[in-house]
Amino acid sequence: MSGVSGKGEGLSNDHWTTIITPTRDRRLVDIGELLAYRDLIALFVKRDFIAQYKQTILGPVWFLVQPLMTTIMFLVVFGKIAKIPTDGIPQPLFYMGGLIVWNYFSGILTQTSSVLTSNAHLFSKVYFPRLVVPIAQVVAGLGRFAIQFALFASLYIFYLSIGMKSSLDWTILLFPLTLLYVAVLGFAVGLIISAFTTRYRDLQVGLSFLVQLWMYGSPIVYPFSLVPEKWRTLYTLNPVVPAMESFKHIFFGAGLPPLSVFGTGIAITLLLLVAGLFFFNKVERTFIDTV
Amino acid sequence: MSKVVIAVEGLSKQYSLGAISHRTFQRDLQSWWARRRGKDDPNLPVDGGRRKKMEQFADENGIIHALKDVSFEVKQGEVLGIIGKNGAGKSTLLKILSRVTAPTSGCVKIKGRIGSLLEVGTGFHPELTGRENIYMNGAILGMKKKEIDRKLDEIIDFSGVERFMYTPVKRYSSGMFVRLAFAVAAHLDPEILVVDEVLTVGDAEFQRKCLGKMGDVSRKEGRTVLFVSHNMAAVKNICDRGLRVELGRIVQNDAVAAVVADYLSNAGSPNEEGLVSPGMMPRERGYEHIITDVWIENKEGLRTRTVLSGEPMKICCAFSSKKPISNCGVGFGVENLYGERIFSLNNYMVSGGDKKGSLSSGVAEFRINELLLLQNSYSLTVSIMENGTTTLDCLERVVRFDVLSADIYGTGILPFPEQGKVYVRASIEIR
Repeated sequence: MSGVSGKGEGLSNDHWTTIITPTRDRRLVDIGELLAYRDLIALFVKRDFIAQYKQTILGPVWFLVQPLMTTIMFLVVFGKIAKIPTDGIPQPLFYMGGLIVWNYFSGILTQTSSVLTSNAHLFSKVYFPRLVVPIAQVVAGLGRFAIQFALFASLYIFYLSIGMKSSLDWTILLFPLTLLYVAVLGFAVGLIISAFTTRYRDLQVGLSFLVQLWMYGSPIVYPFSLVPEKWRTLYTLNPVVPAMESFKHIFFGAGLPPLSVFGTGIAITLLLLVAGLFFFNKVERTFIDTV
Repeated sequence: MSKVVIAVEGLSKQYSLGAISHRTFQRDLQSWWARRRGKDDPNLPVDGGRRKKMEQFADENGIIHALKDVSFEVKQGEVLGIIGKNGAGKSTLLKILSRVTAPTSGCVKIKGRIGSLLEVGTGFHPELTGRENIYMNGAILGMKKKEIDRKLDEIIDFSGVERFMYTPVKRYSSGMFVRLAFAVAAHLDPEILVVDEVLTVGDAEFQRKCLGKMGDVSRKEGRTVLFVSHNMAAVKNICDRGLRVELGRIVQNDAVAAVVADYLSNAGSPNEEGLVSPGMMPRERGYEHIITDVWIENKEGLRTRTVLSGEPMKICCAFSSKKPISNCGVGFGVENLYGERIFSLNNYMVSGGDKKGSLSSGVAEFRINELLLLQNSYSLTVSIMENGTTTLDCLERVVRFDVLSADIYGTGILPFPEQGKVYVRASIEIR
């Protein structure tokens, strides 16, 4: 036996760095561990971003094509044909604004929901906190959002220059909070779905449908004011509603729904987050055996 | 006395067979409904053979014990070789140690950072350049960006692909890919390194480089290494201690030379200890259970496992088939413990076969007039063929036997096993 004594000889014999047991500790998130892996998060963000547009001619411009084309489509279908009002907000701005926020949300939701199945090859070989991957996706999504937001901002400035009244005030400071809320919501729902897709692939198939339905259940192609009074209580249980409404309030000065709507939204989101982390933790350690 | 850095206590891992869900909710419902009505589950694998094979290892509840109450300790600076046949539980053990999956019961205590190398190139992204992938892979293996910055030149140097650092790795040849991947892994600085079979890739020169690196890691830097491999020479070379795993249990925990020697001499099959008769042994898929017994007789006609060099010997194989075998053939091969075939015989070759006849059972006896093997351990592979082409049944390494040195030339000088594999009859005249 080559008994080389190393550094750390001073450690007592019961001082273990890692103890592997069948069950996980009760903590929902090990923040310290995630921080230790922050370099990996940064690299995943970079990878997500770079890998997506490498070997494409348009590169990051692709991130602009989708909201642009969809806005035009909405303009034609909902604006010109269905003639759905937009509460006096210029239609292109109304659609694009809703769309980019929705894109950020649905992007995080879909990516997070497939995180375990699509990274199984990686997770079956090496350990790192599994949450690193969806967290990186949330951040990478923010990059995409920034690009799309730049498009929205230029359109916004164009409308200001042709006489639209600016409604920007101190509430713009709430904008990052709105984004955070949207990200947490998408992340939470994604985690729940990801935990169940390791067992049931049905969810993955149904997901795109769910996302589409959810979009039409949120005030994106129509204003909140169009929702009949008697349905509003039910409608505002959709946690995306307060995010959309605060975005419209910040940029278009639209009236805010009652504060209770925000309270409900935040409560539902936090509940979903706890549930998401709980289910994710439950499958995370052994999903490799069943996936 | 160096301190213990890994303590494994009563570790078990179970997999349930068949009870796992069918991946879609609808199928789970379907299976459940069928079972309720007492019908066969429509979603059971059609491939009954394979299932049967797995079931041999499962208990009555359909649970497979990949690891059963495994306990051992590893001290700092030790290089531990883990050996065992495929399916013995080595990989499950490493997976638990590297936290890829969780154990069913028991626990592992680890002191220090553990770096696992279950596969090289984990997390390589084809679109990223070599350089970008070094960072990516390093971070996945648990390195900090600063650490990688510091070692970047060294890694690039070790990989030998410095010219292609700004090329996406999808344009790399598989050899370059592996070199780069191993270079990153080799520069990982964990206190404990877990390595699984990575050395089977790459050319001989690169393999030597990797083995050398692993040796350095433990000897010069005092790190602990757990090494799983089928390459006994490599295990013997770099490990201090060996752990032999069989059917989920540790059967031997000793100095590496002893463990490797015992593993090699047991490498045959469950039949070695005479626990299972050849007729009952599991077959590869597609083979029927035709061979019922295989044995060796010495010149006195007694069943034995030990024969002397130069003696006559008889290899016998009893077989019985449900349907007659036309132009039945029996063949066997003798391999040394490194799996090298020393010689093979079959009745088509020796006696021309029986083109018209058919047989459904019998005993084949191969009489060897003089066994020209040097002292060593050998194993016997037996097969039954039909019409000289189709193999109906085959048992690999079913019987192990030892050949002992004898005074073949009548001079009192025995040939050493190191002198070769066989001896030849000769007379020598010096003029």
